[in-house]
Amino acid sequence: MDSIEKRIIAEVADLHEVPEGAYNFRVNGQTDSRVSTENIEISPKEDGSGIVIRIAPFTKKESVHIPVVLSMSGIKETVYNDFYVGEGADVVIVAGCGIHNCGNQDSEHDGIHRFFIEKDAHVKYVEKHYGEGDGDGKRILNPGTEVTMGENSFLEMEMVQIKGVDSTVRKSTAHLAAGAELIVRERLMTHGDQVAVSEYEVNLDGEGASTNVISRSVARDRSRQTFISKIYGNAKSSGHSECDAIIMDDARINAIPEVAANSPDAALIHEAAIGKIAGEQITKLMTLGLTREEAEEQIVNGFLK
Amino acid sequence: MIRIEDLTFKVEEDGQEKEIISGLSLTLPDNAFVAVTGPNGGGKSTLARLIAGIEHPTSGHIYMDDVEITDLSVTERAKLGISFAFQQPVRFKGLNVLDLIRIAAGKELSVADACLYLSEVGLCARDYINREVNASLSGGELKRIEIATVLARNTKMSVFDEPEAGIDLWSFQNLIEVFRKMRQETHGTILIISHQERILDIADEIVVVSNGKIRTQGKKADILPELLSSGDAVGTCAKF
Repeated sequence: MDSIEKRIIAEVADLHEVPEGAYNFRVNGQTDSRVSTENIEISPKEDGSGIVIRIAPFTKKESVHIPVVLSMSGIKETVYNDFYVGEGADVVIVAGCGIHNCGNQDSEHDGIHRFFIEKDAHVKYVEKHYGEGDGDGKRILNPGTEVTMGENSFLEMEMVQIKGVDSTVRKSTAHLAAGAELIVRERLMTHGDQVAVSEYEVNLDGEGASTNVISRSVARDRSRQTFISKIYGNAKSSGHSECDAIIMDDARINAIPEVAANSPDAALIHEAAIGKIAGEQITKLMTLGLTREEAEEQIVNGFLK
Repeated sequence: MIRIEDLTFKVEEDGQEKEIISGLSLTLPDNAFVAVTGPNGGGKSTLARLIAGIEHPTSGHIYMDDVEITDLSVTERAKLGISFAFQQPVRFKGLNVLDLIRIAAGKELSVADACLYLSEVGLCARDYINREVNASLSGGELKRIEIATVLARNTKMSVFDEPEAGIDLWSFQNLIEVFRKMRQETHGTILIISHQERILDIADEIVVVSNGKIRTQGKKADILPELLSSGDAVGTCAKF
C-alpha cells in the first residue's frame, strides 16, 4: 500500500498499523492482505464476489477489520461479504470504505454485507465512509446490510459518514428473533452537492425483541438527505427510532419514519426533529469568545460526536 | 471599568416604537460588585444584554477602559474581557459540561481543573463533567453550570442576568455562597441583575432601574433599607 492508501485506512478503520486479530484489506478491487486466526476464518467466495467471515462459537473479545480503499479513479465494484457469528461469540467487526479520487471518472464501491448472528452472540459493527480527492470523478458508496439475529443476540451498528462522499444510498434490513436487540447509531454529514439516502428496516419478529435506531445528521451547502426508518413490531416487542438533524445553508432533509404494530403487544415510538442551529446556542458560545463560525463548528462537531 | 453614556434602546412592538432603555448613563468601576434591581419589564435584562453586545443600542455609547465598544460584536467584547451568564441557560445536544467549560476557559483544561469550577458552584463534579448540556439537566443544574462557565473565563467584567431565576431554595443558598466568594476574591467587576435581597446584600452598590432609566443608585447601605421599606426589591407576588 502507498501512503495515500494507508492514510485512508487510518480514516475508515482507525488503523495506523497492521491490526491484531483477523483482517482483510481490499485495495483497488484486489485483496491486499488477509489474515485468519484460530477462531476467525476469512476465506474468498468461490465465485470471487467477496469474502466469507466465520467466527467460531464462544469466541471472546476478538476483532475483525475489513477496510476497503479505492485510490484509482474509475473503479466500480460490488462486493458481497457474509459474516457468520457463532453462538455466544463476543466480537468487534470494523468495516469501512474510503475513496481517494483525483481523476475524472467516477469511483464506486457497493458493499453488501450479510450477517448471520447465532443466539447469545454479541457483536459491535463499525462502518465508516470517507471520501477525498479533487478530481471531477464522483465518489459513490452504496452499502447494503442484511441482518439475521438469533435468540437473545445483540448487535450494535455504528454507521459514520462525515466527509467527502458524493452519493450514498444505504439500505439496511434486520430480522430479530426472540430477545434479540439491535442498536443503530448513524452519524452523517453531507456538504457541497452531496446526496445521501439511509433506509433502515427492522423486523421485530420474536417476543421480547427490541431496537433503537438513532440518526444524527448535519446537511450543509446544497446537499440533500433522506432518512427512512421502518420498524415493524410483529410480536410482543419494543422499538424506537429517532432522527435528529441540523439543516444549514440551502440543504434539504427528508425524514420518513414508519412504525407498524402487527401485534397488539408491540410498543413503538418514532421521533424526528429537523431544524437550524438555535441562534441562542451560537450567541452563548460567542459570549465565551468564539466567532460565529467557530461556534457553528463546535455545535456541529458536538452534535455528531 | 465600564462607562455607559446616554444609552437608548428602542424596539418595534405592534407597529409602535417602544423605548426599553431611555438615555441611561452608568459607570461600573474596576473590581466593583454592582447589583441592578427594579420592577420586571423595567429594562434590567436589556441593559445587561447591551453590555454583552447581544443587543445593540439605538443610540448612546459604551466604553470599556476608555475604549468604545458600542459597535463591537459579542465575540469581540468577550475577547476584551466581558462574560455573560444567561437568565435562561442554553441547552446543547452533544456538547458536554467539560466541552463547555473548556471553551469558556479558552484552553485544554485538565478534567481535574474543570472540576474545580463545578465544585465552586456546588456541583459534585464527577457526576456532571461528562453529562450533555441538554434537557436531562434540571434548571438549577444548568444555571450553576452557566455560572461555572463565567468563573472559568475569569474576565475583567462578568454580567449575571438574574442568576436566582429558576433555582430551588436549596441551590439558592449555594448560589449566595458562590457570589459571596466571588466578592471576597474580587473576580474583576461584577454586575448582577437580581430581585433577591440576599444577593443585593453582597453588593457594594445598588442601581435601581425602572422604565428604562436609573431611578436611584448608591451605596448598598443607603439604598437597600430604602428598597426594603418600599418593597421594590421583593418579588412581584410578595407585593400583593
